[in-house]
Amino acid sequence: MSVTVRIPSPLRPLTGNAGTVECAPGTVAAIIDELEANHPGFRDRVTQDGKLRRFVNVFVAGQDVRFEQGIDTAVADGQEVTILPAVAGG
Amino acid sequence: MSPSYQDLIAAAREVIPEVEPADVASRVASGDGPLIIDVRETAEWDQGHLPGAVHIPRGFLESRIGGTAPDSDQEILVSCASGQRSLLSAQTLHHMGFTNVTNLAGGFARWKQNNHPVEVPRILSAAQRSRYSRHILIPEVGEEGQMKLLDSKALLIGAGGLGSPAAYYLAAAGIGTIGLVDDDEVDESNLQRQIIHTTDRVGMNKGESAKQAIAALNPEVQVNVHPFRVNRDNVLDLVSQYDVIVDGADNFPTRYLLADASLMTKTPLVHASILRFEGHASVFNPYDGPCYRCLFPEPPPPDLAPSCGEAGVLGVLCGVMGNIQATEAIKVLLGIGDTLSGRLLIYDALGMTFTELKVRRDPDCPSCGPNADLQLRDYEAWCAGVGSHDHAGVSA
Repeated sequence: MSVTVRIPSPLRPLTGNAGTVECAPGTVAAIIDELEANHPGFRDRVTQDGKLRRFVNVFVAGQDVRFEQGIDTAVADGQEVTILPAVAGG
Repeated sequence: MSPSYQDLIAAAREVIPEVEPADVASRVASGDGPLIIDVRETAEWDQGHLPGAVHIPRGFLESRIGGTAPDSDQEILVSCASGQRSLLSAQTLHHMGFTNVTNLAGGFARWKQNNHPVEVPRILSAAQRSRYSRHILIPEVGEEGQMKLLDSKALLIGAGGLGSPAAYYLAAAGIGTIGLVDDDEVDESNLQRQIIHTTDRVGMNKGESAKQAIAALNPEVQVNVHPFRVNRDNVLDLVSQYDVIVDGADNFPTRYLLADASLMTKTPLVHASILRFEGHASVFNPYDGPCYRCLFPEPPPPDLAPSCGEAGVLGVLCGVMGNIQATEAIKVLLGIGDTLSGRLLIYDALGMTFTELKVRRDPDCPSCGPNADLQLRDYEAWCAGVGSHDHAGVSA
């Protein structure tokens, strides 16, 4: 039972440069808790006061959680979670 | 004895009725005309033809008629220059099972003599037909599409990593006018990815350098060099001169400004951005799908969004993403296919994966939502401020 979390380049220093991390299914909040436990500092980069930061987009199975239940959006076994900050490079 | 030409004509007349131009003209004028097939050669057709006629050169008649007239009972009038090639063509159609085929008496010559209306097609030159022949062969493009591209104007923001391949391919595709906005000069460190520039043009304005490359590739393209940075004062004037924006900017303030200008001028925006091994691409059609701020309401703080100059970028990634932009720009201009509107495409070159995320229109979008107060903001200050005031400052 696991979900794959895609980590964007700027956060990879926290995950030992891993581009993907496996987590237990649950909710986006629970996955962030697990990432924080294994990669301290992760939570503060993506949340503030228990909410996702405005500039952090989280997609579960391709859907933006802002249009679902936000940080409480459920993540089922086998689904992919994508954390996506905007990129400006051109 | 084998039949002579005259014998063939006479035999065809036995089975194919002729119609006088005046009768056809009055039916065409009332909108009740038959399907008119013009079997002359291309050079003749280009000089003018009956209104609404379909051009099938006689040599292609048998192979192409099915695509134009799927119903064998359909009324078909065949025309040529004087009425003889069309008579033989009509007989061929008769042999193929078409039951209602007539011939235009006296052909196009008599039609014109009698002062009936003539349509003169806007045509590609012989050189253009040759240059763009591989486009013309594609049914979704064809001559009509190619002429559309030749009439189109694309504005490229940045003649850098994304702008280089995009400008090259758009120029090759025959986009009539290409605007290049860049205040920067070619640097040696650009040449690993910005392939429109050359070593001997280091130090030159990037727009000027790209203009030279485009002139060598396709001298027909009009290149407008805009050697300045896009800002609140110039963006609307600039964008309103073009049909599509290709955003290859290297900073957030420019990207947010362009997103708003795209909405204000209702100009489609083709987006891409790149970092290291990863590229993003989407299309933002003003008020018809999400906009850039629906997707990214706020820019990330600088440490979450390093530039290519700080974090690096795989040179060839620019080629992939810039060409995705060129592809989408061409589709937008031609109105064909499914664009990336409503989708964000993520290309991970390291894993060699393409991922698609759904992008929705945000009802609370500060730029395109129903309650949006759309105005050109000071995004320089905003982008600098957004990250610093609410970022926890935990360094990665």
